[in-house]
Amino acid sequence: MPEAPVVFQTEDLSVGYQTDAGLLAAVRGATIGIREKECFGVVGESGSGKTTLAMGAINYLSANGKVLGGSSRIRDVELTGLRRRQMRRIWGSRIGMVYQNPSAALNPSLRIGEQLREVGRRHLSLSRSQADEKAREMLLRVAMPDPSAVMRRYPHQLSGGMLQRCVIAMALITRPELLILDEPTTALDVTTQAVVLDLVAQLARDFDSAILYITHDLAVVSRLCHRVGVMYAGQFCEQAPVSDLYHAPLHPYTLGLLGCVPRFDPEGGKRLLASIPGSIPRLDALPPGCIFADRCSFVRPECRASRPPLVEVRPGHWSACLRWKELPTAAQYAQAGLRLSSHREERPEVLRAEDVKKSFPPTEQLFGGAGRKRKSIRAVDGVTLWVRRGNTLGVVGESGCGKTTLLRVIAGLAPLSSGRLSLEGAPLAPVLERRGRETLKKLQMVFQNPEASLNPRHTVGRAIARPLRLLGGQSGRAARERALKLLEAVNLPAGFFRRLPEELSGGEKQRVAIARAFAAGPQIILLDEPLSSLDVSVQASLVNLLTELQERNNVSYLFISHDLAAVQHLSHWIAVMYLGALMEWGDAEDVFAPPFHPYTEALLSAIPVADPDHRQRPIRLAGSVPSPANVPSGCRFHTRCPRKIGRICETEAPPWREGRDNHRISCHIPLDELSRLQADNSALAPPGGQS
Amino acid sequence: MGRFILRRLGLVLLTLLVSSALIFIVTQVLPGDAARSILGRFATPQALANLREKLGLDRPPVVQYVSWLVHYAQGDWGTSLSTSEPVFPLVAARLRNSGMLALVAFLMYVPLGILLGLFSALRRGKVLDQVISITSLAFIGLPEFVTGLILIAIFALGLNWFPASSDIRPDLGLIAALPRLILPGITVSLVSLAYITRMTRSSTAAVLATDYVRSAYLKGLRPLRVLFTHVLRNSLLPTVTVIAVGIGWLIGGLIVTESLFSYPGLGRLLLFAIQRRDLPLLQAITLLLVVIFSLSNLLADILYALLNPRIRYT
Repeated sequence: MPEAPVVFQTEDLSVGYQTDAGLLAAVRGATIGIREKECFGVVGESGSGKTTLAMGAINYLSANGKVLGGSSRIRDVELTGLRRRQMRRIWGSRIGMVYQNPSAALNPSLRIGEQLREVGRRHLSLSRSQADEKAREMLLRVAMPDPSAVMRRYPHQLSGGMLQRCVIAMALITRPELLILDEPTTALDVTTQAVVLDLVAQLARDFDSAILYITHDLAVVSRLCHRVGVMYAGQFCEQAPVSDLYHAPLHPYTLGLLGCVPRFDPEGGKRLLASIPGSIPRLDALPPGCIFADRCSFVRPECRASRPPLVEVRPGHWSACLRWKELPTAAQYAQAGLRLSSHREERPEVLRAEDVKKSFPPTEQLFGGAGRKRKSIRAVDGVTLWVRRGNTLGVVGESGCGKTTLLRVIAGLAPLSSGRLSLEGAPLAPVLERRGRETLKKLQMVFQNPEASLNPRHTVGRAIARPLRLLGGQSGRAARERALKLLEAVNLPAGFFRRLPEELSGGEKQRVAIARAFAAGPQIILLDEPLSSLDVSVQASLVNLLTELQERNNVSYLFISHDLAAVQHLSHWIAVMYLGALMEWGDAEDVFAPPFHPYTEALLSAIPVADPDHRQRPIRLAGSVPSPANVPSGCRFHTRCPRKIGRICETEAPPWREGRDNHRISCHIPLDELSRLQADNSALAPPGGQS
Repeated sequence: MGRFILRRLGLVLLTLLVSSALIFIVTQVLPGDAARSILGRFATPQALANLREKLGLDRPPVVQYVSWLVHYAQGDWGTSLSTSEPVFPLVAARLRNSGMLALVAFLMYVPLGILLGLFSALRRGKVLDQVISITSLAFIGLPEFVTGLILIAIFALGLNWFPASSDIRPDLGLIAALPRLILPGITVSLVSLAYITRMTRSSTAAVLATDYVRSAYLKGLRPLRVLFTHVLRNSLLPTVTVIAVGIGWLIGGLIVTESLFSYPGLGRLLLFAIQRRDLPLLQAITLLLVVIFSLSNLLADILYALLNPRIRYT
């Protein structure tokens, strides 16, 4: 939309922080312009300076932060150099902000209504009742059911998606000219994220605001933004209209980022991701030439001579790469990943869970409802699954579906309430303490948060050698040599042996955790969202690492995640879990192709695809997951199911319907009927399919 | 809420039951012959027998305990051995005096502590913050008899602003007694003042660093509005608990301070009871202190629950 006037722009903006290492320029020479109704996406990994850019541009920096040069304007008002007093008239009125974690961005001890009201009171000089009226109006605009009731609530009484809608409503009360969204969906479930993204897209059309959208997620950007800027180590390396950026990226870093995104492979099967080697350079040790040179696979000596400027290489398309003409297309680059062997042959079972149930007693409450009998929480409610040798079973579901509890039950950390577990055909004791050393060796685990799962006082070497000693019976030199081998296997230098976890990055710590899990020589490793706290390029290299280690050691994985793309990429078998029970289960290719269980269908349509031209018919689930203390009757999904057929869904538990190769769906609708319903809809057209 | 208070009240009663038994055992059962331990080695057999009968020591310990507890609950706290007066009115008068002193101290240290803590948090890392931090640490370390003596030396003996002794008539009114309450009040306050300052500082600093305070600033709200509506409501929550629990501590601090200033309060009476081996008086005061301590803890819990919406509704 070139006609609309520019609302917000920065010119050559640099922002720095005073640190122990001196003044560091965290953002250098950033120039962006956003027009009315335009959405500009800033993409980058953590530490790329994207949030600093936004905060510097609107003059909100911590005491050690400072705008070092350049300018930032909203319409014709220069923001740099304005005093706080003056900024206070602009913040919240001409600039609205939406943050990453809505439950942290709202004050826990003030009612929602009060927090919304004070914006209207402050900037629009409204009376209390007028401000309330305005707040209600905005809550309706963000599709909040029953705004008056919501306004009387405290933040902890609302779900994450509802809270984020409140924050968006709060930001829009003054109809700001600039709306800044800083990772607004990162803390949300995929289905909630889809709803919030739809909402933002619709608001962008309805309001005249310019939108600055900050995210690490290329797929989200492609769904919403008109123009995108890719940031790396404090500066833009590429800026382009969204479809140019995705189809013809002209910077190796963008190519790399696109290659890191696990996508639905139209040909099926497994393929290594095109990951980016190395890590982001430190701000106090930037190379003199191109800042990406050290990680770039297209680097030439002249790249290191001087830093290439960001130039308009094609109309509207800016790149800071000298070799932009010679780069491959995104599709060619992604195809470079190595294809892996197929898995269709029958393999023996390693782990089996039979009708596993886990319930927790009702929680003791401080101000309990008198006389009301509380029900126990059925976190896992009759799950049967098995994992085959050398295969990966991925379990997906929204938060609260019971997947973590299931994993803890299998790991023996939470004893099951009923059901049976077996490992290589032999029964598996439900409690960890009663499992012998041989069993412990065979079943290892990698946790979600490597910060918490590594002992901060143990060196890397000690962490890896411990299972060798305790479970492998190795000691001294043998253990040391084996540990060094394992370090090498997870692509860490031998020098890490003596380091402490605090000296490692998040991705490196997770590699250590993986090495530790492999140290015992396991048959199966339980992976509890091992990628979710990491950056995309780190995720990609870990996905590759896990795949390679599996090929080499013939080990099985039970992998749980809310990230369907990662699950699809890593798994041979997939189980879809909802509210404690499996909804669908089968070979990865079958689960990701029609017929789908209606819940799987909705999950798939909620995933943003990293392709701006990809159109999917959205299926949005109403409401949030019911409480596991109060599982709905009949089919437990009926309260949210978009394909509900009638009374039968509410009264009768659905049968398991069998497709090919053990593909099973728990639904009242017959499989061919589901196929027919879902064929025209094609919620999952492979992204490469139509281009 | 009602259920919660009832349950906490039940716990308080249980605490009182256990501690009353402990007090009774320690003072009356463990010495073997309480009459001997009161009267000393050279008491005549006749005096011992009289005292035993007077205290009912000839009955089985359980009967003694139950009878003591029932009478205590009814307000019949026995007769003092050393003054031959009924214990209850004696203790009640001294409790009033201690209450006056505690009130004066409370009114000084609570507002001041919160204020200093707030300033400290808002000026984190600056000179004022460091001065406040170091001073408050020093006061936490100094016992009352040291700070009290220093205060007497400076303000009573040196500057002659306040009297050095606070030996008032036991029935003097609050206003009339006020000049003599200032110095002991300050003495009792210093430790609690330091605790509250540090507590307010750390909780306010934590709240100032939260996302919701950032979003309040980025809503363009004025700094005072941010401070009063967004910061204080959250940062004073832990402080309120410390204050309420501190009431119990305050009473403990009084024992030393009252004897230092010769102030006729509960603390000095307790010391008197110990020195005179006045068993009924000693038991009555000790149990009263336990009651005060338990109630201040109960108050802390209730206040916290009232002020924290997350507790109220879960």
